[in-house]
Amino acid sequence: MEWDHNMKVLVAVKHVVDYNIKPRVKQDGSDVDIAGVKMGINPFDEIAVEEAVRLKERGIATEVVAVTIGKANSQDTLRHALAMGADRVVLVETDADLQPLGVAKLLKAVVEREQPRLIILGKQAIDDDLGQTGQMLAALINAGQGTFASVIEVKGDEIEVTREIDGGTDVVALKLPAVVTTDLRLNEPRFIKLPAMMMAKKKPIDNIKAADLGIDIAPRLKQLKVADPEPRKPGIKVANVAELVENLRLAEVL
Amino acid sequence: MSILILAEHDGKHIKQSTRQAVTAAGAWQLPVHVLVTGSNSAVLAKEASEIAGVAKVLHADAAHFEHPLAEDVAALLVQLGADYKVILSAHTAFSKSVLPRVAALLDVAMISDAVSITAPATYVRPIYAGNVLSTVESSDAIQVVTIRATSFAAAANGANAEVTAVNAPVSAGLSRWIKEDKTVSDRPELSSARVVVSGGRSLAERFNELLEPLAHRFGGALGATRAAVDAGFAPNDIQVGQTGTIVAPELYFAIGISGAMQHLAGMKDSKIIVAINHDPDAPIFQHADYGLVANLFDAVPELTAALSK
Repeated sequence: MEWDHNMKVLVAVKHVVDYNIKPRVKQDGSDVDIAGVKMGINPFDEIAVEEAVRLKERGIATEVVAVTIGKANSQDTLRHALAMGADRVVLVETDADLQPLGVAKLLKAVVEREQPRLIILGKQAIDDDLGQTGQMLAALINAGQGTFASVIEVKGDEIEVTREIDGGTDVVALKLPAVVTTDLRLNEPRFIKLPAMMMAKKKPIDNIKAADLGIDIAPRLKQLKVADPEPRKPGIKVANVAELVENLRLAEVL
Repeated sequence: MSILILAEHDGKHIKQSTRQAVTAAGAWQLPVHVLVTGSNSAVLAKEASEIAGVAKVLHADAAHFEHPLAEDVAALLVQLGADYKVILSAHTAFSKSVLPRVAALLDVAMISDAVSITAPATYVRPIYAGNVLSTVESSDAIQVVTIRATSFAAAANGANAEVTAVNAPVSAGLSRWIKEDKTVSDRPELSSARVVVSGGRSLAERFNELLEPLAHRFGGALGATRAAVDAGFAPNDIQVGQTGTIVAPELYFAIGISGAMQHLAGMKDSKIIVAINHDPDAPIFQHADYGLVANLFDAVPELTAALSK
């Protein structure tokens, strides 16, 4: 192995509404109602953890640290990361309304503390669908970024990232330390077995209070309301191809 | 104060999504400037200067912009951005990489994937894979925004704006471009095609054989579900859905597609949706304007033949 120095990987994970749950809008339209809803690790972040653990299993990464920022219940997502194979986990605890810029600033503080060589995050969270945190973190720590990664390869002091872009892929090389955000095809996360989950429950969680970091994370965006999208008007069933063609002619789209 | 749009191009032409961003910028009723980055790209700057609604083109021509890297384009935008009220682009892979970086360096929030804009700072954007629409207001002095291109019409030609050269900062050297592998196709780009013909996993090895002729009939683009892509029947870059490309064509064919939430999020704003599926209970039928329950392997060739008459 040409790799002879410390290669700590930091993975940032988010605790989100389970991807199978159809979100409900609160009656007053103020927000999505997540009370009592099943939560779990953001699927793109699960891919990030998997990639980090695989790097360790291949002898490339020396340590995998997972971090999340949020309420106390985000611990469940850290336990998930531990069960997948993360060595250590950090919770930056806050009840504040979190937005990507504030999260990136808190992650920067964690990066300064942990000094990782590689930081991996999901390309977006499936709740707010913003897709900003990784790039913002990379900017704040003045690092290169490889977004929408489908293949990564550590080569000496660089990492090569194959990225999924509009109309195909490209490959960029980033100087380490660098930030990578994951796309779906990077890997298929492992299935967690019960004993691993039980072990994960016994491991400690490093708890930092966000307020103690003295960082301004006040939200810059104010949500005024949420609403269901307008439903489409109901369509019709046609009996056969001829009837379909006739309808398309009438709709003037042929 | 003005608006700065980050243009995107394929080396030959300005992308349609940039023209859609120009239309979106109309919400502010402020002068619209367009930044064109590239190498030997005078033709592209000229093309941008002709888009109706554009008041000025900033042209950053540099060798290291032949394959623009997010780190370097962001540095340029930060250098220019302090003079602007809004920095805007379409929600493409390129801008999704660049604009969050710009926002962080300017210490402002970013609004991703806006489907409607109310000046000066209120936006509607889909969350939870398009299952909910969120209206947000930004309190920042500079608004950094990507728009969902399909929600806005493309601005046509009709201007003759001034083109001004701007100096790009030297490359920060944080990353370097190695290569790209883009699908070469004479079909229109998926995200802006007038007609999209999409297929699901059940088409299996006959995916292309069945769908290509139908797409060809319309000069349309091919699309696929995530399942069809994962199973290897279709290439990744034609995946339509929340995690793939978002489309809103005039006519969308969903062929052998069950209608998973993930896929619907990427095509439910299409003007007319045609679904063909052998399963009468497939959820896609609840979203289709015209549904046909039939064996795909018979119905699709029959449809192609009927339309080619």
